Amino acid sequence: MSAAAAVAVSPAAIQGTLIDKPMIKAHMAFGFLFFIVALLAGLLYGLQLTNIYPFPGIELLSPGRIRMLHTNAVAFGFLINVFIAMLHWVVPRLTGHPMLHPMLSRLILVAWQLVVAATAVGILAGYAQAIEWGETPLLVDHFAVLGVALLVINVGSSIWKTGGKKLYVTLWYFTAMLIWTPLVYIMGNYLPQYFVPGAGGAAITGVYIHDLVGLSVTPLGWGMMYYFVPVLLEKPIWSHTLSILGFWGLAFFYPLNGVHHFFYSPIPMYAQYGAVVSTIAVELVVFTVIINFFMTLRGRGDRLRTSMATRWFFVGMVNYFITCLQCAFHTTLTFQKVIHFTDWVVGHAHLVMLGVFGFWLVGGIVYMWPKVTGREWWSQKLLGWTFWTSVIGLVIMFIDLTACGLVQGYMWIGLAQWEKTLAASMPFWHARTFAGSLITLGMCLQAYNMWMTARSPAPASKPADAPSGATAPV
Amino acid sequence: MERAKTIALLAGLGCFLLAAVLTIYLPVAHLAKIEYKSLDQIAPEPSFDFIDLSKRYPAQFQKYYGEPTKEAFHEALKLGRDQYIAEACWHCHSQFVRPVSNEDRRFGKVSWADEYRNEMFLPHLFGTRRVGPDLIRESGKHGNDWHVAHFYDPRLVTPQSVMPRYTWFFDGEEPNKVGIAMITYMQWLGSWTTPEVMAREAKAAAAAGGKKDG
Repeated sequence: MSAAAAVAVSPAAIQGTLIDKPMIKAHMAFGFLFFIVALLAGLLYGLQLTNIYPFPGIELLSPGRIRMLHTNAVAFGFLINVFIAMLHWVVPRLTGHPMLHPMLSRLILVAWQLVVAATAVGILAGYAQAIEWGETPLLVDHFAVLGVALLVINVGSSIWKTGGKKLYVTLWYFTAMLIWTPLVYIMGNYLPQYFVPGAGGAAITGVYIHDLVGLSVTPLGWGMMYYFVPVLLEKPIWSHTLSILGFWGLAFFYPLNGVHHFFYSPIPMYAQYGAVVSTIAVELVVFTVIINFFMTLRGRGDRLRTSMATRWFFVGMVNYFITCLQCAFHTTLTFQKVIHFTDWVVGHAHLVMLGVFGFWLVGGIVYMWPKVTGREWWSQKLLGWTFWTSVIGLVIMFIDLTACGLVQGYMWIGLAQWEKTLAASMPFWHARTFAGSLITLGMCLQAYNMWMTARSPAPASKPADAPSGATAPV
Repeated sequence: MERAKTIALLAGLGCFLLAAVLTIYLPVAHLAKIEYKSLDQIAPEPSFDFIDLSKRYPAQFQKYYGEPTKEAFHEALKLGRDQYIAEACWHCHSQFVRPVSNEDRRFGKVSWADEYRNEMFLPHLFGTRRVGPDLIRESGKHGNDWHVAHFYDPRLVTPQSVMPRYTWFFDGEEPNKVGIAMITYMQWLGSWTTPEVMAREAKAAAAAGGKKDG
């Protein structure tokens, strides 16, 4: 721990006011609620794409609107909420300082749920904004920016108070994320809407879609992994040097990638070539991070069997490796000719958002939920069911959509009649709906499990923060 | 290097600003050399299809738009664009033709930057997915009557279509305000690449003393 002289926090302090458990619990509960909403929306959209309309003729449930509900509920409802819960768990432990103020935490909790709910209602009612992954109605955008600003103050103050102390790599990621997130959000939601039309605007929204993943979700995810993996495996991270290399690699190369969402568009070609090169560079950076985690796992492989949270984390990492390897290929202009505009990209998006970050957060919930509720999991067996249905569902969906994308891409190049390409896609789309229902089923079981755990009678003994001693702070 | 302030400044601000200059400022400044056009400049008179709609559905047209004037045309174009956004049409239909994969043969002229530097592409609607075909060359590919049937129930004209029905674009069986707007917008997309419009623009450019090629 040479480069990362983490602040030692006594278990007693954690029992006290340092960790705001009710906030963790609330953010997780809301996050999972919106996750279920997102999954149901995805399922409905999948059905509608195969011309099956369970509720026909309802304007508010029109497929286009449901699709936006799906992606936005995932991003802002599920991911952000559970990540905030994770920040409440991790940041005070690493800095030794609580969040700025408990009341501010509560204000953020309420404000963010209102933002998400208003986004959902606004999208369904037809007030969406034409920014991909930023369809949040413009009116709500202003409040979302305010909410993010409050979060930056609340979490940032805790990191700021470490002053001149050296920080553990997790906090490197979080510090940079706190700067990046508001910049990305403001840039992406306002510039193309009011100031930059056409191809220039496309360059900005490309950067926005990409940076929301790369500069908000990714640093949150990796920061989270750098904290939880050593704690769960009860050993230090394999290489601190590599972890720092990975951080700077992400900070430098990731923001340069955005234009790769619009290859062969009228955006100047030098920007497109730059995006190809920097995207491939990100792939090399990702290798260093993946190697670091799998070397850390060495000698503790049995934990994949015994610890459900560890299992979610490392399955997510395998998916991350596949996602990024895939990315290095399909960011080339050669691949773009075939796969752009097809379901290949949709498969890629599901693999990274659900298969990586979604799985990590579910793993985080599996680990933290018993500790914040003070109860053991209601059913260990159900945890296993959730894991297998979700993983199998995701694998089917990924392979299915990737294959579907290739079929579509080559049929388009071959100038097949458009209707023929739809007919060819149809079996894949049915399989996708099946895969989606498996995932939805798994996560509904998880929601039920969380509910029953929270509702079960409290154990007779005083609920300990670290029942198995596994939560010893870093 | 390991301290919060350094990380916030160097990684947080520094790396972001560097990327903003390279991937946003440069292309945006480059594209800004193209003249930005207002709706008045790109749509100086009501389109043929807009006038045609006023004759096909006189009662409905009279009720929602009055006469097919330039102002009414602009209102319909903007409303059509807004509804296109509200229904997330752009999540299943792109609005640019790539210079690869035989796209010019399927859809028409390859997209170029100038055609997007105007009020109607603020925000742009390039899209990233094609469940249905690209729409930037849609103008004139189908008649107004086809669009009416297609919005009412796409499977009436394309049995294998997976596009949803948009019955709320209609009062009964005739298009309402939004329906007329959507069809006007569809018929406008790419109308500037029709030979008549391109000839008119070339003439205007020549008259202004500027040189301009297609």
